[in-house]
Amino acid sequence: MKTYWPIVLVVVLLAIVPFVTTSNVVLNFLITTLLIALVGQGWNLLGGYGGQYSFGHAAFFGTAAYTTAILQVQYGINAWLGLFAGIFAGSLVGAVIGVLCFRSGLRGSYFSLVTLAFAEVLRIFSSVTPITGAGVGTLIKLDLRPEAFQFQSRVPFYWIVLTLVALSLVTVRAAENSRFGAYLVAIRENEDAASALGINTFAVKLAAITLSAAITGAAGCFYAQYFLFIDAAIAYGPWISIDALLAPIVGGAGTLFASLLGALVIKALGEATKLLSGDAPGLDLVIYGLVLIAVVGLAPRGVAGVLTALFRRPFRAQPEGDNG
Amino acid sequence: MAESLLTVENVSKYFGGLLAIDKASFQVRTGTITALIGPNGAGKTTLFSIISGFLPTDDGRVLYDGADITTEPPHRRARRGVARTFQIVQPFAGLTVRENIAIGSHLWQRSRAAALEAANQVALSVGLGAQLEAPAATLTVAGSKRLELARALAIAPRLLLLDEVLAGLNPSEIRDMVPVVRELTARGMTILMTEHVMQAITALAEHVLVLAEGRIIARGTAQEVAADPLVVEAYLGRGAARRITAGSSHA
Repeated sequence: MKTYWPIVLVVVLLAIVPFVTTSNVVLNFLITTLLIALVGQGWNLLGGYGGQYSFGHAAFFGTAAYTTAILQVQYGINAWLGLFAGIFAGSLVGAVIGVLCFRSGLRGSYFSLVTLAFAEVLRIFSSVTPITGAGVGTLIKLDLRPEAFQFQSRVPFYWIVLTLVALSLVTVRAAENSRFGAYLVAIRENEDAASALGINTFAVKLAAITLSAAITGAAGCFYAQYFLFIDAAIAYGPWISIDALLAPIVGGAGTLFASLLGALVIKALGEATKLLSGDAPGLDLVIYGLVLIAVVGLAPRGVAGVLTALFRRPFRAQPEGDNG
Repeated sequence: MAESLLTVENVSKYFGGLLAIDKASFQVRTGTITALIGPNGAGKTTLFSIISGFLPTDDGRVLYDGADITTEPPHRRARRGVARTFQIVQPFAGLTVRENIAIGSHLWQRSRAAALEAANQVALSVGLGAQLEAPAATLTVAGSKRLELARALAIAPRLLLLDEVLAGLNPSEIRDMVPVVRELTARGMTILMTEHVMQAITALAEHVLVLAEGRIIARGTAQEVAADPLVVEAYLGRGAARRITAGSSHA
Protein backbone atom coordinates (compact mmCIF):
# COMPACT_ATOMS: atom_id res chain seq x y z
CA MET A 1 0.00 0.00 0.00
CA LYS A 2 1.24 3.47 -0.84
CA THR A 3 1.33 5.83 2.13
CA TYR A 4 -0.14 9.28 2.62
CA TRP A 5 2.95 10.75 4.31
CA PRO A 6 4.33 12.49 1.21
CA ILE A 7 1.00 14.32 0.85
CA VAL A 8 1.06 15.44 4.49
CA LEU A 9 4.63 16.66 4.12
CA VAL A 10 4.03 18.61 0.91
CA VAL A 11 0.79 20.16 2.14
CA VAL A 12 2.27 21.20 5.49
CA LEU A 13 5.27 22.78 3.76
CA LEU A 14 2.98 24.72 1.43
CA ALA A 15 0.63 25.67 4.27
CA ILE A 16 3.33 27.52 6.21
CA VAL A 17 4.27 29.77 3.27
CA PRO A 18 1.91 32.60 4.41
CA PHE A 19 3.73 32.66 7.78
CA VAL A 20 7.01 33.24 5.97
CA THR A 21 5.81 35.83 3.47
CA THR A 22 2.57 37.63 2.78
CA SER A 23 3.85 39.14 -0.44
CA ASN A 24 0.96 39.40 -2.88
CA VAL A 25 3.23 38.47 -5.77
CA VAL A 26 4.28 35.21 -4.13
CA LEU A 27 0.78 34.31 -2.96
CA ASN A 28 -0.79 35.14 -6.30
CA PHE A 29 1.80 32.99 -8.07
CA LEU A 30 1.17 30.09 -5.69
CA ILE A 31 -2.62 30.41 -5.86
CA THR A 32 -2.68 30.29 -9.66
CA THR A 33 -0.17 27.44 -9.59
CA LEU A 34 -2.31 25.44 -7.17
CA LEU A 35 -5.37 26.26 -9.26
CA ILE A 36 -3.71 24.74 -12.33
CA ALA A 37 -2.48 21.83 -10.20
CA LEU A 38 -6.10 21.16 -9.23
CA VAL A 39 -7.37 21.46 -12.82
CA GLY A 40 -4.58 19.11 -13.92
CA GLN A 41 -5.11 16.59 -11.14
CA GLY A 42 -8.59 16.00 -12.52
CA TRP A 43 -7.07 15.33 -15.92
CA ASN A 44 -4.33 13.17 -14.38
CA LEU A 45 -6.86 10.76 -12.92
CA LEU A 46 -8.61 10.18 -16.24
CA GLY A 47 -5.67 10.67 -18.62
CA GLY A 48 -2.63 9.75 -16.56
CA TYR A 49 -4.09 6.72 -14.78
CA GLY A 50 -6.89 5.79 -17.18
CA GLY A 51 -5.18 6.58 -20.49
CA GLN A 52 -8.21 8.53 -21.76
CA TYR A 53 -6.72 11.75 -23.12
CA SER A 54 -9.29 14.49 -22.84
CA PHE A 55 -8.70 17.73 -24.75
CA GLY A 56 -11.84 19.25 -23.31
CA HIS A 57 -11.52 19.54 -19.55
CA ALA A 58 -12.66 23.14 -19.99
CA ALA A 59 -16.17 21.70 -20.26
CA PHE A 60 -16.02 20.67 -16.59
CA PHE A 61 -14.08 23.74 -15.40
CA GLY A 62 -16.39 26.16 -17.17
CA THR A 63 -19.66 24.50 -16.22
CA ALA A 64 -18.67 24.48 -12.55
CA ALA A 65 -17.48 28.10 -12.70
CA TYR A 66 -20.65 29.30 -14.42
CA THR A 67 -22.88 27.30 -12.09
CA THR A 68 -21.42 28.84 -8.95
CA ALA A 69 -21.41 32.34 -10.50
CA ILE A 70 -24.93 32.20 -11.95
CA LEU A 71 -26.43 30.76 -8.77
CA GLN A 72 -25.05 33.70 -6.82
CA VAL A 73 -25.75 36.46 -9.30
CA GLN A 74 -29.14 35.40 -10.64
CA TYR A 75 -30.59 33.42 -7.75
CA GLY A 76 -28.82 34.88 -4.71
CA ILE A 77 -27.65 31.48 -3.54
CA ASN A 78 -24.78 31.34 -1.05
CA ALA A 79 -21.34 30.94 -2.64
CA TRP A 80 -20.38 27.99 -0.45
CA LEU A 81 -23.49 26.14 -1.59
CA GLY A 82 -22.55 27.27 -5.07
CA LEU A 83 -19.20 25.55 -4.66
CA PHE A 84 -20.89 22.19 -4.12
CA ALA A 85 -23.49 22.86 -6.80
CA GLY A 86 -20.69 23.77 -9.21
CA ILE A 87 -18.74 20.61 -8.48
CA PHE A 88 -21.93 18.61 -8.93
CA ALA A 89 -22.74 20.32 -12.25
CA GLY A 90 -19.17 19.78 -13.49
CA SER A 91 -19.26 16.09 -12.66
CA LEU A 92 -22.69 15.78 -14.27
CA VAL A 93 -21.27 17.15 -17.53
CA GLY A 94 -18.41 14.66 -17.11
CA ALA A 95 -20.87 11.80 -16.72
CA VAL A 96 -22.91 12.86 -19.76
CA ILE A 97 -19.83 13.23 -21.99
CA GLY A 98 -18.56 9.93 -20.59
CA VAL A 99 -21.75 8.05 -21.39
CA LEU A 100 -21.86 9.44 -24.92
CA CYS A 101 -18.18 8.79 -25.68
CA PHE A 102 -17.63 5.47 -23.96
CA ARG A 103 -21.01 4.00 -24.90
CA SER A 104 -20.13 4.52 -28.53
CA GLY A 105 -16.71 2.98 -27.94
CA LEU A 106 -14.59 6.07 -28.67
CA ARG A 107 -10.94 5.46 -27.89
CA GLY A 108 -7.65 7.30 -28.31
CA SER A 109 -7.62 10.37 -30.50
CA TYR A 110 -11.33 10.04 -31.30
CA PHE A 111 -12.14 10.48 -27.64
CA SER A 112 -9.78 13.47 -27.49
CA LEU A 113 -11.41 15.15 -30.47
CA VAL A 114 -14.95 14.64 -29.22
CA THR A 115 -14.13 16.05 -25.77
CA LEU A 116 -12.55 19.07 -27.50
CA ALA A 117 -15.73 19.47 -29.55
CA PHE A 118 -17.93 19.39 -26.44
CA ALA A 119 -15.89 22.14 -24.79
CA GLU A 120 -16.04 24.26 -27.94
CA VAL A 121 -19.80 23.80 -28.29
CA LEU A 122 -20.24 24.90 -24.68
CA ARG A 123 -17.96 27.90 -25.26
CA ILE A 124 -19.96 29.07 -28.27
CA PHE A 125 -23.25 28.38 -26.53
CA SER A 126 -22.27 30.33 -23.42
CA SER A 127 -21.06 33.27 -25.51
CA VAL A 128 -24.57 33.86 -26.89
CA THR A 129 -27.04 32.63 -24.29
CA PRO A 130 -28.43 35.30 -21.89
CA ILE A 131 -28.10 33.34 -18.64
CA THR A 132 -24.28 33.34 -18.82
CA GLY A 133 -24.23 37.05 -19.64
CA ALA A 134 -23.42 36.15 -23.24
CA GLY A 135 -20.48 38.14 -24.59
CA VAL A 136 -20.33 40.39 -21.53
CA GLY A 137 -19.67 37.57 -19.09
CA THR A 138 -20.76 37.22 -15.49
CA LEU A 139 -19.48 39.50 -12.75
CA ILE A 140 -19.87 38.29 -9.18
CA LYS A 141 -20.77 41.19 -6.87
CA LEU A 142 -17.99 42.22 -4.50
CA ASP A 143 -18.99 41.10 -1.00
CA LEU A 144 -15.87 40.69 1.11
CA ARG A 145 -17.23 38.39 3.80
CA PRO A 146 -16.08 34.85 4.56
CA GLU A 147 -19.75 33.76 4.45
CA ALA A 148 -19.80 34.84 0.81
CA PHE A 149 -16.56 32.94 0.02
CA GLN A 150 -14.73 36.25 -0.46
CA PHE A 151 -11.81 37.54 1.55
CA GLN A 152 -9.92 40.80 2.04
CA SER A 153 -6.57 39.04 1.99
CA ARG A 154 -5.22 36.38 -0.35
CA VAL A 155 -4.16 34.14 2.52
CA PRO A 156 -7.55 32.46 3.11
CA PHE A 157 -7.91 31.92 -0.63
CA TYR A 158 -4.49 30.32 -0.61
CA TRP A 159 -5.40 27.94 2.17
CA ILE A 160 -8.71 27.05 0.52
CA VAL A 161 -7.13 26.17 -2.82
CA LEU A 162 -4.41 24.28 -0.95
CA THR A 163 -7.12 22.33 0.88
CA LEU A 164 -8.77 21.45 -2.41
CA VAL A 165 -5.43 20.32 -3.87
CA ALA A 166 -4.78 18.26 -0.71
CA LEU A 167 -8.19 16.60 -1.08
CA SER A 168 -7.48 15.83 -4.72
CA LEU A 169 -4.12 14.29 -3.80
CA VAL A 170 -5.74 12.14 -1.12
CA THR A 171 -8.46 11.09 -3.57
CA VAL A 172 -5.92 10.01 -6.17
CA ARG A 173 -3.79 8.18 -3.60
CA ALA A 174 -6.88 6.35 -2.33
CA ALA A 175 -7.64 5.39 -5.93
CA GLU A 176 -4.07 4.07 -6.35
CA ASN A 177 -4.65 1.78 -3.37
CA SER A 178 -8.03 0.54 -4.53
CA ARG A 179 -9.50 -1.91 -6.99
CA PHE A 180 -10.93 1.01 -8.94
CA GLY A 181 -7.44 2.44 -9.48
CA ALA A 182 -5.99 -0.93 -10.46
CA TYR A 183 -8.80 -1.41 -13.00
CA LEU A 184 -8.26 2.08 -14.37
CA VAL A 185 -4.56 1.42 -14.96
CA ALA A 186 -5.40 -1.96 -16.50
CA ILE A 187 -7.70 -0.21 -18.99
CA ARG A 188 -4.91 2.24 -19.84
CA GLU A 189 -2.47 -0.60 -20.44
CA ASN A 190 -4.77 -2.89 -22.44
CA GLU A 191 -8.51 -2.49 -22.65
CA ASP A 192 -9.24 -5.86 -24.29
CA ALA A 193 -7.24 -7.79 -21.74
CA ALA A 194 -9.02 -5.83 -19.02
CA SER A 195 -12.48 -6.82 -20.22
CA ALA A 196 -11.37 -10.45 -20.61
CA LEU A 197 -10.59 -10.37 -16.89
CA GLY A 198 -14.12 -9.34 -15.97
CA ILE A 199 -13.66 -5.58 -15.85
CA ASN A 200 -16.69 -3.57 -16.89
CA THR A 201 -14.54 -1.07 -18.75
CA PHE A 202 -17.47 1.23 -19.50
CA ALA A 203 -18.40 1.58 -15.82
CA VAL A 204 -14.80 2.15 -14.73
CA LYS A 205 -14.15 4.79 -17.37
CA LEU A 206 -17.46 6.49 -16.58
CA ALA A 207 -16.61 6.63 -12.87
CA ALA A 208 -13.17 8.01 -13.75
CA ILE A 209 -14.42 10.81 -16.00
CA THR A 210 -17.06 11.79 -13.43
CA LEU A 211 -14.54 11.99 -10.59
CA SER A 212 -12.07 13.73 -12.88
CA ALA A 213 -14.70 16.31 -13.82
CA ALA A 214 -15.54 16.88 -10.15
CA ILE A 215 -11.89 17.70 -9.32
CA THR A 216 -11.49 20.02 -12.30
CA GLY A 217 -14.90 21.48 -11.51
CA ALA A 218 -13.76 22.39 -7.99
CA ALA A 219 -11.00 24.43 -9.63
CA GLY A 220 -13.58 26.18 -11.79
CA CYS A 221 -15.62 27.21 -8.73
CA PHE A 222 -12.50 28.48 -7.02
CA TYR A 223 -11.54 30.48 -10.10
CA ALA A 224 -14.93 32.21 -10.15
CA GLN A 225 -14.65 33.20 -6.47
CA TYR A 226 -11.05 34.34 -6.70
CA PHE A 227 -11.33 36.48 -9.82
CA LEU A 228 -15.06 37.27 -9.45
CA PHE A 229 -15.47 37.33 -13.21
CA ILE A 230 -15.85 34.75 -15.95
CA ASP A 231 -16.82 34.84 -19.57
CA ALA A 232 -17.05 32.23 -22.31
CA ALA A 233 -13.37 32.46 -23.30
CA ILE A 234 -12.16 32.01 -19.72
CA ALA A 235 -14.62 29.31 -18.69
CA TYR A 236 -14.59 27.12 -21.78
CA GLY A 237 -11.53 28.42 -23.66
CA PRO A 238 -8.87 26.00 -24.92
CA TRP A 239 -6.32 27.56 -22.52
CA ILE A 240 -7.77 25.69 -19.57
CA SER A 241 -8.02 22.37 -21.46
CA ILE A 242 -4.37 22.78 -22.45
CA ASP A 243 -3.17 23.67 -18.95
CA ALA A 244 -5.19 20.72 -17.64
CA LEU A 245 -3.18 18.24 -19.70
CA LEU A 246 0.12 20.13 -19.87
CA ALA A 247 0.64 20.24 -16.10
CA PRO A 248 0.33 16.49 -15.44
CA ILE A 249 2.18 15.53 -18.64
CA VAL A 250 5.13 17.79 -17.79
CA GLY A 251 4.99 16.50 -14.22
CA GLY A 252 4.79 12.83 -15.24
CA ALA A 253 1.25 11.65 -16.04
CA GLY A 254 -0.06 8.80 -13.95
CA THR A 255 1.89 9.69 -10.81
CA LEU A 256 0.46 11.27 -7.68
CA PHE A 257 2.29 14.62 -7.73
CA ALA A 258 2.39 14.94 -11.52
CA SER A 259 0.01 17.84 -11.72
CA LEU A 260 1.48 19.79 -8.80
CA LEU A 261 5.05 19.39 -10.08
CA GLY A 262 4.02 20.21 -13.63
CA ALA A 263 2.02 23.27 -12.59
CA LEU A 264 5.03 24.59 -10.64
CA VAL A 265 7.33 24.06 -13.61
CA ILE A 266 5.11 25.61 -16.26
CA LYS A 267 4.08 28.54 -14.08
CA ALA A 268 7.67 29.25 -13.03
CA LEU A 269 8.72 28.92 -16.64
CA GLY A 270 6.01 31.33 -17.73
CA GLU A 271 7.14 33.94 -15.19
CA ALA A 272 10.81 33.46 -15.98
CA THR A 273 10.38 33.84 -19.72
CA LYS A 274 8.34 37.02 -19.14
CA LEU A 275 11.28 38.47 -17.16
CA LEU A 276 13.91 37.34 -19.66
CA SER A 277 12.20 38.45 -22.83
CA GLY A 278 11.75 41.99 -21.60
CA ASP A 279 9.62 44.12 -23.93
CA ALA A 280 9.69 42.01 -27.10
CA PRO A 281 6.03 41.07 -27.62
CA GLY A 282 5.34 37.33 -27.81
CA LEU A 283 8.97 36.37 -27.26
CA ASP A 284 8.14 34.93 -23.84
CA LEU A 285 5.61 32.59 -25.44
CA VAL A 286 8.17 31.45 -28.02
CA ILE A 287 10.73 30.64 -25.30
CA TYR A 288 8.00 29.01 -23.22
CA GLY A 289 7.03 26.78 -26.14
CA LEU A 290 10.62 25.82 -26.93
CA VAL A 291 11.38 24.90 -23.34
CA LEU A 292 8.22 22.81 -23.16
CA ILE A 293 9.19 20.92 -26.30
CA ALA A 294 12.60 20.29 -24.75
CA VAL A 295 11.09 19.09 -21.45
CA VAL A 296 8.62 16.72 -23.09
CA GLY A 297 11.23 15.50 -25.57
CA LEU A 298 14.02 14.91 -23.05
CA ALA A 299 11.87 13.61 -20.21
CA PRO A 300 8.96 11.68 -21.64
CA ARG A 301 8.01 10.49 -18.17
CA GLY A 302 7.98 14.02 -16.86
CA VAL A 303 9.58 15.66 -13.88
CA ALA A 304 8.51 12.76 -11.66
CA GLY A 305 10.33 10.34 -13.98
CA VAL A 306 13.52 12.41 -13.85
CA LEU A 307 13.37 12.66 -10.05
CA THR A 308 12.80 8.91 -9.68
CA ALA A 309 15.77 8.19 -11.94
CA LEU A 310 17.99 10.64 -10.02
CA PHE A 311 17.12 9.21 -6.64
CA ARG A 312 17.45 5.60 -7.68
CA ARG A 313 20.65 5.77 -9.65
CA PRO A 314 23.17 5.90 -6.77
CA PHE A 315 21.70 2.77 -5.18
CA ARG A 316 21.83 0.54 -8.22
CA ALA A 317 24.87 -1.22 -9.54
CA GLN A 318 23.53 -1.40 -13.08
CA PRO A 319 21.39 1.18 -14.82
CA GLU A 320 17.92 -0.12 -15.60
CA GLY A 321 16.51 0.00 -19.08
CA ASP A 322 13.64 2.21 -18.04
CA ASN A 323 15.80 5.08 -16.78
CA GLY A 324 16.15 8.26 -18.73
CA MET B 1 -24.15 -28.86 -13.43
CA ALA B 2 -24.81 -29.49 -17.07
CA GLU B 3 -23.19 -32.45 -18.76
CA SER B 4 -21.55 -30.11 -21.26
CA LEU B 5 -20.26 -26.83 -19.86
CA LEU B 6 -20.11 -25.13 -23.24
CA THR B 7 -22.42 -25.63 -26.19
CA VAL B 8 -21.89 -23.88 -29.51
CA GLU B 9 -24.92 -24.13 -31.79
CA ASN B 10 -24.86 -23.30 -35.50
CA VAL B 11 -22.56 -20.32 -35.02
CA SER B 12 -21.77 -18.39 -38.19
CA LYS B 13 -19.65 -15.32 -38.72
CA TYR B 14 -19.16 -13.19 -41.83
CA PHE B 15 -16.37 -10.71 -42.40
CA GLY B 16 -17.93 -8.70 -45.20
CA GLY B 17 -18.61 -11.32 -47.87
CA LEU B 18 -16.24 -13.88 -46.39
CA LEU B 19 -17.84 -16.66 -44.41
CA ALA B 20 -15.31 -17.09 -41.60
CA ILE B 21 -17.32 -19.53 -39.48
CA ASP B 22 -19.90 -21.76 -41.15
CA LYS B 23 -22.56 -23.21 -38.81
CA ALA B 24 -20.12 -24.50 -36.23
CA SER B 25 -21.72 -26.74 -33.60
CA PHE B 26 -19.98 -28.60 -30.80
CA GLN B 27 -20.02 -29.25 -27.09
CA VAL B 28 -17.28 -29.20 -24.49
CA ARG B 29 -17.96 -31.72 -21.74
CA THR B 30 -17.46 -30.63 -18.15
CA GLY B 31 -14.04 -31.46 -16.75
CA THR B 32 -12.40 -32.39 -20.05
CA ILE B 33 -9.75 -30.91 -22.32
CA THR B 34 -10.98 -30.32 -25.84
CA ALA B 35 -8.62 -29.19 -28.56
CA LEU B 36 -9.65 -27.10 -31.54
CA ILE B 37 -7.16 -27.57 -34.36
CA GLY B 38 -7.00 -26.60 -37.98
CA PRO B 39 -4.76 -24.96 -40.60
CA ASN B 40 -3.87 -21.26 -40.39
CA GLY B 41 -6.85 -19.09 -41.22
CA ALA B 42 -9.37 -21.83 -40.43
CA GLY B 43 -11.20 -19.53 -37.99
CA LYS B 44 -10.00 -20.89 -34.65
CA THR B 45 -9.27 -17.50 -33.11
CA THR B 46 -12.50 -16.08 -34.57
CA LEU B 47 -14.46 -18.87 -32.91
CA PHE B 48 -12.62 -18.20 -29.63
CA SER B 49 -13.46 -14.51 -29.85
CA ILE B 50 -17.13 -15.38 -30.36
CA ILE B 51 -17.17 -17.73 -27.38
CA SER B 52 -15.46 -15.17 -25.14
CA GLY B 53 -17.66 -12.31 -26.35
CA PHE B 54 -15.12 -10.19 -28.23
CA LEU B 55 -16.92 -10.70 -31.55
CA PRO B 56 -20.68 -10.83 -32.13
CA THR B 57 -22.09 -13.82 -33.98
CA ASP B 58 -24.11 -13.38 -37.13
CA ASP B 59 -26.09 -16.52 -36.42
CA GLY B 60 -26.39 -19.30 -33.87
CA ARG B 61 -26.09 -19.46 -30.09
CA VAL B 62 -23.46 -19.91 -27.41
CA LEU B 63 -24.62 -21.64 -24.22
CA TYR B 64 -22.56 -21.75 -21.07
CA ASP B 65 -23.67 -23.92 -18.17
CA GLY B 66 -27.17 -24.01 -19.63
CA ALA B 67 -27.47 -20.21 -20.00
CA ASP B 68 -27.60 -18.41 -23.34
CA ILE B 69 -24.63 -16.01 -23.30
CA THR B 70 -24.63 -15.21 -27.04
CA THR B 71 -25.06 -11.46 -26.58
CA GLU B 72 -23.24 -10.98 -23.27
CA PRO B 73 -20.19 -8.68 -23.20
CA PRO B 74 -16.80 -10.24 -22.31
CA HIS B 75 -16.74 -8.98 -18.71
CA ARG B 76 -20.08 -10.67 -17.93
CA ARG B 77 -18.84 -13.96 -19.32
CA ALA B 78 -15.69 -13.61 -17.24
CA ARG B 79 -17.86 -13.19 -14.13
CA ARG B 80 -19.68 -16.38 -15.03
CA GLY B 81 -16.35 -18.17 -15.13
CA VAL B 82 -15.19 -18.00 -18.74
CA ALA B 83 -11.53 -17.01 -19.03
CA ARG B 84 -9.47 -16.65 -22.19
CA THR B 85 -5.87 -16.13 -23.12
CA PHE B 86 -4.83 -14.25 -26.22
CA GLN B 87 -2.80 -15.81 -29.02
CA ILE B 88 -0.90 -12.54 -29.35
CA VAL B 89 -0.08 -11.93 -25.69
CA GLN B 90 -1.78 -8.88 -24.24
CA PRO B 91 0.07 -8.05 -21.02
CA PHE B 92 -0.45 -4.86 -19.04
CA ALA B 93 3.05 -3.95 -20.15
CA GLY B 94 3.68 -1.15 -17.66
CA LEU B 95 2.79 -3.29 -14.65
CA THR B 96 4.74 -5.96 -12.83
CA VAL B 97 3.90 -9.65 -13.13
CA ARG B 98 2.23 -9.60 -9.74
CA GLU B 99 0.16 -6.50 -10.58
CA ASN B 100 -0.89 -8.09 -13.88
CA ILE B 101 -2.21 -11.17 -12.15
CA ALA B 102 -3.81 -9.14 -9.36
CA ILE B 103 -6.09 -7.46 -11.92
CA GLY B 104 -7.65 -10.88 -12.43
CA SER B 105 -7.73 -11.63 -8.69
CA HIS B 106 -9.63 -8.39 -8.11
CA LEU B 107 -12.71 -9.96 -9.69
CA TRP B 108 -13.36 -11.70 -6.37
CA GLN B 109 -11.15 -9.63 -4.07
CA ARG B 110 -12.08 -6.03 -3.47
CA SER B 111 -9.08 -5.23 -1.29
CA ARG B 112 -5.81 -4.44 -3.03
CA ALA B 113 -3.73 -6.33 -0.47
CA ALA B 114 -5.87 -9.48 -0.80
CA ALA B 115 -5.71 -9.35 -4.60
CA LEU B 116 -1.91 -9.01 -4.56
CA GLU B 117 -1.66 -11.88 -2.10
CA ALA B 118 -3.91 -14.08 -4.25
CA ALA B 119 -1.75 -13.16 -7.25
CA ASN B 120 1.30 -14.59 -5.47
CA GLN B 121 -0.39 -17.97 -5.19
CA VAL B 122 -1.41 -18.04 -8.85
CA ALA B 123 2.08 -17.00 -9.95
CA LEU B 124 3.60 -19.86 -7.99
CA SER B 125 1.16 -22.36 -9.52
CA VAL B 126 2.31 -21.54 -13.07
CA GLY B 127 5.99 -21.16 -12.24
CA LEU B 128 6.27 -17.39 -12.27
CA GLY B 129 7.20 -17.16 -8.59
CA ALA B 130 10.68 -15.84 -9.33
CA GLN B 131 9.50 -13.02 -11.59
CA LEU B 132 6.78 -11.52 -9.39
CA GLU B 133 8.29 -8.03 -9.36
CA ALA B 134 9.55 -8.06 -12.95
CA PRO B 135 7.85 -5.63 -15.34
CA ALA B 136 5.60 -7.65 -17.69
CA ALA B 137 7.32 -6.04 -20.67
CA THR B 138 10.64 -7.71 -19.78
CA LEU B 139 9.34 -11.31 -19.85
CA THR B 140 10.51 -13.84 -22.44
CA VAL B 141 8.00 -15.41 -24.86
CA ALA B 142 7.63 -18.40 -22.53
CA GLY B 143 7.25 -16.06 -19.57
CA SER B 144 4.54 -13.96 -21.24
CA LYS B 145 2.62 -17.11 -22.21
CA ARG B 146 2.71 -18.16 -18.58
CA LEU B 147 1.55 -14.71 -17.57
CA GLU B 148 -1.40 -14.95 -19.98
CA LEU B 149 -2.33 -18.21 -18.35
CA ALA B 150 -1.81 -16.89 -14.82
CA ARG B 151 -4.03 -13.87 -15.39
CA ALA B 152 -6.80 -16.05 -16.77
CA LEU B 153 -6.47 -18.41 -13.81
CA ALA B 154 -6.65 -15.51 -11.37
CA ILE B 155 -10.35 -15.01 -12.12
CA ALA B 156 -10.91 -18.60 -10.90
CA PRO B 157 -12.56 -19.74 -14.13
CA ARG B 158 -14.56 -22.90 -14.75
CA LEU B 159 -14.06 -22.76 -18.49
CA LEU B 160 -10.62 -21.85 -19.75
CA LEU B 161 -10.11 -20.91 -23.39
CA LEU B 162 -6.43 -21.26 -24.27
CA ASP B 163 -5.53 -19.71 -27.61
CA GLU B 164 -2.19 -21.18 -28.73
CA VAL B 165 -0.68 -20.95 -25.30
CA LEU B 166 2.22 -23.15 -26.48
CA ALA B 167 2.96 -21.35 -29.74
CA GLY B 168 6.43 -19.85 -29.91
CA LEU B 169 7.80 -22.06 -27.15
CA ASN B 170 10.77 -24.39 -27.69
CA PRO B 171 10.34 -28.15 -27.14
CA SER B 172 11.69 -28.10 -23.60
CA GLU B 173 9.44 -25.19 -22.67
CA ILE B 174 6.48 -27.13 -24.11
CA ARG B 175 7.44 -30.14 -21.99
CA ASP B 176 7.40 -27.85 -18.93
CA MET B 177 4.04 -26.35 -19.84
CA VAL B 178 2.06 -29.53 -20.62
CA PRO B 179 1.84 -30.72 -17.00
CA VAL B 180 0.83 -27.20 -15.91
CA VAL B 181 -2.16 -27.38 -18.27
CA ARG B 182 -3.04 -30.95 -17.30
CA GLU B 183 -2.97 -29.98 -13.63
CA LEU B 184 -5.78 -27.49 -14.29
CA THR B 185 -8.38 -30.16 -15.07
CA ALA B 186 -7.41 -31.86 -11.83
CA ARG B 187 -8.40 -28.60 -10.16
CA GLY B 188 -11.86 -28.87 -11.74
CA MET B 189 -11.45 -26.70 -14.82
CA THR B 190 -12.79 -27.42 -18.27
CA ILE B 191 -10.48 -26.46 -21.09
CA LEU B 192 -10.95 -25.59 -24.74
CA MET B 193 -7.62 -25.00 -26.44
CA THR B 194 -6.39 -24.20 -29.92
CA GLU B 195 -2.98 -25.52 -30.70
CA HIS B 196 -0.58 -26.34 -33.53
CA VAL B 197 1.75 -28.49 -31.47
CA MET B 198 0.46 -32.02 -32.17
CA GLN B 199 2.66 -33.52 -29.45
CA ALA B 200 0.83 -31.43 -26.85
CA ILE B 201 -2.60 -32.20 -28.27
CA THR B 202 -1.98 -35.93 -28.16
CA ALA B 203 -0.69 -35.60 -24.61
CA LEU B 204 -3.54 -33.46 -23.35
CA ALA B 205 -6.79 -33.53 -25.28
CA GLU B 206 -9.44 -36.21 -24.86
CA HIS B 207 -11.50 -34.74 -27.64
CA VAL B 208 -10.31 -33.00 -30.80
CA LEU B 209 -12.29 -30.80 -33.18
CA VAL B 210 -10.88 -29.97 -36.58
CA LEU B 211 -11.82 -26.65 -38.14
CA ALA B 212 -11.10 -25.94 -41.79
CA GLU B 213 -12.38 -22.98 -43.80
CA GLY B 214 -14.81 -22.16 -41.00
CA ARG B 215 -16.41 -25.61 -40.85
CA ILE B 216 -15.88 -28.40 -38.36
CA ILE B 217 -14.81 -31.25 -40.61
CA ALA B 218 -13.87 -33.92 -38.08
CA ARG B 219 -14.14 -34.75 -34.41
CA GLY B 220 -12.89 -37.57 -32.19
CA THR B 221 -9.72 -38.54 -30.36
CA ALA B 222 -6.35 -37.27 -31.55
CA GLN B 223 -5.59 -40.60 -33.25
CA GLU B 224 -8.98 -40.70 -34.97
CA VAL B 225 -8.77 -37.24 -36.47
CA ALA B 226 -5.14 -37.70 -37.50
CA ALA B 227 -6.22 -40.72 -39.54
CA ASP B 228 -9.20 -38.94 -41.08
CA PRO B 229 -8.61 -38.35 -44.82
CA LEU B 230 -10.57 -35.08 -44.69
CA VAL B 231 -8.21 -33.75 -42.03
CA VAL B 232 -5.09 -34.75 -43.95
CA GLU B 233 -6.47 -33.01 -47.03
CA ALA B 234 -7.32 -29.88 -45.08
CA TYR B 235 -3.69 -29.54 -44.05
CA LEU B 236 -1.90 -30.86 -47.15
CA GLY B 237 -4.29 -30.18 -50.02
CA ARG B 238 -6.81 -32.09 -52.16
CA GLY B 239 -5.90 -35.67 -52.96
CA ALA B 240 -3.09 -35.76 -50.40
CA ALA B 241 -4.73 -38.51 -48.35
CA ARG B 242 -5.11 -40.76 -51.41
CA ARG B 243 -1.50 -40.16 -52.51
CA ILE B 244 -0.17 -40.90 -49.01
CA THR B 245 -2.17 -44.14 -48.75
CA ALA B 246 -1.04 -45.13 -52.24
CA GLY B 247 2.58 -44.28 -51.35
CA SER B 248 2.58 -46.29 -48.15
CA SER B 249 1.02 -49.35 -49.82
CA HIS B 250 3.81 -49.28 -52.44
CA ALA B 251 6.51 -49.20 -49.78
